[in-house]
Amino acid sequence: MATRSRSLTCTRAWICAETFSMPAFGSKGFTRLIKTLLWPLCLAPLLWLGLGAFELLGFNLGANPVEKLLHELGKWGLKFLLLTLAITPLRYWTGWHWLVTFRRLLGLFAFFYLFLHFLVYIVLDRYLDFSGLLEDIVERPYITLGMTGLLLLLPLALTSTRGWMRRLGRRWKKLHRLVYASAILGVWHFYWQVKLDTLEATVYALILAALLLARIVHSRRKAARIQVRSETLLPEDSGGAPLRR
Amino acid sequence: MLIRKAPQIKSSEITSEADYLDRRSFLAKAGLAAAGLAGASPVIAAVASDPGASGRVLENVSESPLSLDEAPNSWRDVTTYNNFYEFGTGKEDPSRYAGSLVTRPWQVKVSGECDQPGDYNLEDILSPHALEERVYRLRCVEAWSMVIPWVGFPLADLLKRFQPNSDARFVRFRTLYDPGQMPGQRRRILDWPYVEGLTIEEAMNPLAFMAVGVYGRELPNQNGAPMRLVVPWKYGFKSIKTINAIHFTRTRPRTSWEASAPREYGFYANVNPNVDHPRWSQASERIIGSGLFAPRRKTEMFNGYAEQVAHLYQGLDLRRNF
Ligand code: HEM
Repeated sequence: MATRSRSLTCTRAWICAETFSMPAFGSKGFTRLIKTLLWPLCLAPLLWLGLGAFELLGFNLGANPVEKLLHELGKWGLKFLLLTLAITPLRYWTGWHWLVTFRRLLGLFAFFYLFLHFLVYIVLDRYLDFSGLLEDIVERPYITLGMTGLLLLLPLALTSTRGWMRRLGRRWKKLHRLVYASAILGVWHFYWQVKLDTLEATVYALILAALLLARIVHSRRKAARIQVRSETLLPEDSGGAPLRR
Repeated sequence: MLIRKAPQIKSSEITSEADYLDRRSFLAKAGLAAAGLAGASPVIAAVASDPGASGRVLENVSESPLSLDEAPNSWRDVTTYNNFYEFGTGKEDPSRYAGSLVTRPWQVKVSGECDQPGDYNLEDILSPHALEERVYRLRCVEAWSMVIPWVGFPLADLLKRFQPNSDARFVRFRTLYDPGQMPGQRRRILDWPYVEGLTIEEAMNPLAFMAVGVYGRELPNQNGAPMRLVVPWKYGFKSIKTINAIHFTRTRPRTSWEASAPREYGFYANVNPNVDHPRWSQASERIIGSGLFAPRRKTEMFNGYAEQVAHLYQGLDLRRNF
């Protein structure tokens, strides 16, 4: 009993502390708070699909649950991938550089959902028929594209830790540009498997195109700025320094 | 009731098919007798039912020896997992949006190479036909299948009433075109109205069926009310829904899917595990309603109806005529 009431007061104290001293916008406490809120948000699609898969609390996945699961995981994976790509342009537009703290989380969730997408395909859809799987990967171009897209994400997920970031230095940034290739392959894969109605895939393709364009515009501007600076004879240029995290 | 025989069918084949059917119906009757049901009006009791079913109950539906002896998919599967792009491309769109379709009064325009063309009221189309139940497997080109207890009558019986002449080598069917009632038609994903076709031999095959109901009840709109084709040895898109025109013609009709992607969808569209869709395999199918952890089913040649229909395609290269 004693423990229970103690934990209650602790919780109350914690809540009061949080509400009364709301961390300042962009501060470390602020990003930590957002991150805490982000976790359940990122897991919500999985919870929803899990409830549906086991028909709990009135949720269900309809008449073809395998297809539903496969498609939803593919689309959530792609959404997270696009969100990850949106972080950098958003940072430059808004000046909210703290946004970068969420990039790794979002990227790893993209990988997580796409890996589940792949697992549902080989386990539930193909029923672990590996010969058929190999044939699919080689013979069905849309599967080849998806597989390549996922494989490109694998080294990025593995080197997403701070340790690897330090170890790879500038090469880390270069390596992680693969995320663009992966997103292009993913959208292409989506577009290719549609039977007829390409509207939804087109929306994803346009968003990706806009994000890529924003990136190109930004690096052009940056290059121009660097040039101006070197013309005003600054001794050293710091344009390529790694992002402060 | 006599219909001119199409030149391609050899009379020997017709005979063998009739024998086959006799055998099936004999077996069915024998089965009923053995179960002590013969004579005790077994007919209506045998029609499939589902506690979730709704809609007007169809009276005097008899059993058919051509039915599969398999448990049908649930009413919910059959009425909420549909491809009917006139109401949207999502599987659940038709069940959500088909309420806007008005199926009474309904007219069917019959035209072309036949002696009884005209605009027929639905009641006049339906009234001479005794209703029967046909439990068929529906195999979609998207590699899934369902078992569905349709109610209707043989397509041949209907077409013969219009007295097709010797130039009627093909039959073309058309779906209603009315974007007001069919919101999916406001987007031109297909060249509306939806058009499908069969050779006259295919149309006269005893398996070809005109459905007006499912699960012993009137067809729900999303399943193609007020009447739709069911051609069980072909991919589902051949089984055109919500028909309002039938045309007999000398030339092969250009069907909607063929027109939209000729490399992927052909006129014949026979279920064939050996000829893949350019983008996916047709060797196996997912059984709708089997849940999350069920294996796929091996797809059968002509969806399991080879014995009844293979003769229609003798000498035809099914790889090229997919
Ligand atoms: C970057 C990686 C990938 C992304 C972004 C991705 C995304 C998607 C998306 C958005 C869809 C369509 C969902 C819909 O139509 O509603 C899809 C479908 C599909 N994906 Fe992926 N995917 C990826 C990798 C893979 C991999 C590795 C495989 C398997 C080897 C795979 C197999 C499939 C299959 C079988 C379908 C369904 C096709 C159908 O229903 O006809 N995907 N994917």
